[in-house]
Amino acid sequence: MAGSNNFNITPPRWLLAELTYKCPLQCPYCSNPLDYTKHSTEISTEDWKRVLSEARKMGAVQLGFSGGEPLTRPDLVELVLHAQQLGYYSNLITSGYGLTEEKIAQLKHAGLDHIQISIQASTQELNDYLAGTKSYETKKQVAHLVKNLGYPMVLCVVIHRENIHQMPQILEMAEELGADYLELANTQYYGWAHANRDLLLPTKEQFDEAESIAQAYKEKVKDKMKIYYVIPDYYEDRPKACMNGWGTTFLTIAPDGIALPCHSARDLPGLDCPSVNKYSIEEIWKESKAFNFFRGDDWMKEPCRSCDEKEKDFGGCHCQAYMLTGDMYNADPVCSKSPEHHVIQEALDSAKASALSENEKPLIFRNSKNSKLYVKPEKDNLNG
Amino acid sequence: MSIDPNLLIKFSPMHRLQWEEAQQKYVILYPEGLVELNESSAEILQLCDGSRNLNQIVAELEEIFSASDLKDDINNFLEVALKNGWIEQL
Ligand code: SF4
Ligand code: SF4
Repeated sequence: MAGSNNFNITPPRWLLAELTYKCPLQCPYCSNPLDYTKHSTEISTEDWKRVLSEARKMGAVQLGFSGGEPLTRPDLVELVLHAQQLGYYSNLITSGYGLTEEKIAQLKHAGLDHIQISIQASTQELNDYLAGTKSYETKKQVAHLVKNLGYPMVLCVVIHRENIHQMPQILEMAEELGADYLELANTQYYGWAHANRDLLLPTKEQFDEAESIAQAYKEKVKDKMKIYYVIPDYYEDRPKACMNGWGTTFLTIAPDGIALPCHSARDLPGLDCPSVNKYSIEEIWKESKAFNFFRGDDWMKEPCRSCDEKEKDFGGCHCQAYMLTGDMYNADPVCSKSPEHHVIQEALDSAKASALSENEKPLIFRNSKNSKLYVKPEKDNLNG
Repeated sequence: MSIDPNLLIKFSPMHRLQWEEAQQKYVILYPEGLVELNESSAEILQLCDGSRNLNQIVAELEEIFSASDLKDDINNFLEVALKNGWIEQL
């Protein structure tokens, strides 16, 4: 397989089970692939159970059920129960939409450890606009139900130019809802967020102001609510460490059973991401081309190859390098040492121009109709 | 935050302490988080079951390891644990 084995293969510790791409909401910053409708087949309950068992045996212990909206899978409770029996710590990552009191009780009974609910904004109007669906009131009710059942309550709000001005109200809302953890996730520009980048990327001034408000609040509520602030890497001069190191910690399984070293890896050329229908998790983790592709540092080019920070960030995100420079072996252009670093400034300038323009183009919402526009015609696939 | 020697110490109900066979070590699990523990940290945390205070934990570990100077190390670790929310005092 690719590369030499001058590294130890560590066991996977996190399994991200993307159960489905179905979702009743249409967030324009969704990280699912643009052409998700092309991958609409879903593996069966029995397949998922085998995946959970095999990954657990190899060492995976943190388990995220996500999607799409994982609640749309009718076998969710059954899978949670299976995960509990295997000794996973299971997290449900949900929009909260469709989560009834009865369902939460069933999930709790089956052994679900934690529920993360995402809210789009601090007002009903903006939340419902961004979600593309009336969902604000339901989400707030669900947050209370989750809290009442004794779950640690984790609220996630994705931050971008459409809601960044609500930072003070978002913080107050989280405190009012009794959140134990608040994740303020600045949008990462993959999938739908990348397509909508001109409309979502905040200006540096907006970002700095929001950050200082969040940091001050963090001090104020530090004994009550933990705030995680996910930095938007476009305003950094070093990239984020790719998945804690490619193929070292994280294993993602897409709805159709394709195993991914990172959630966007399907878009990278020539990785041949393996399917759980053909291989065991052990074969996938240890032997597959995709999981070995960026292990170690044999693949690196300059400036990463001779960089003394390469142990820290592993050259950054390969998907971002591919998306923004066309070459996945390049340094992540977020890095100021990258010769392509200018593409980041160009993106910031382009977003700013869009914000100032009289007739800004509309957001592209994540739904099947729009997704079909991104599905490449078959002949491209034959060449690719 | 420091450890009150008079109060009992209990592992947090929001976290889970678990032995991992594949890794041959104890881990702490919490919402979307995972901490891998070394042997001595795991020994200390296992005694945090709400029935002992600081001195009782120290006495017990000193006996297990036939040592007499563990108090500072244990106290330092428990302060970190308290700050991270892994344990609470009752
Ligand atoms: S980000 Fe929004 S659209 Fe995407 S899966 Fe989550 S809730 Fe659905
Ligand atoms: S040059 Fe490469 S390894 Fe060095 S800091 Fe930049 S991205 Fe990381």
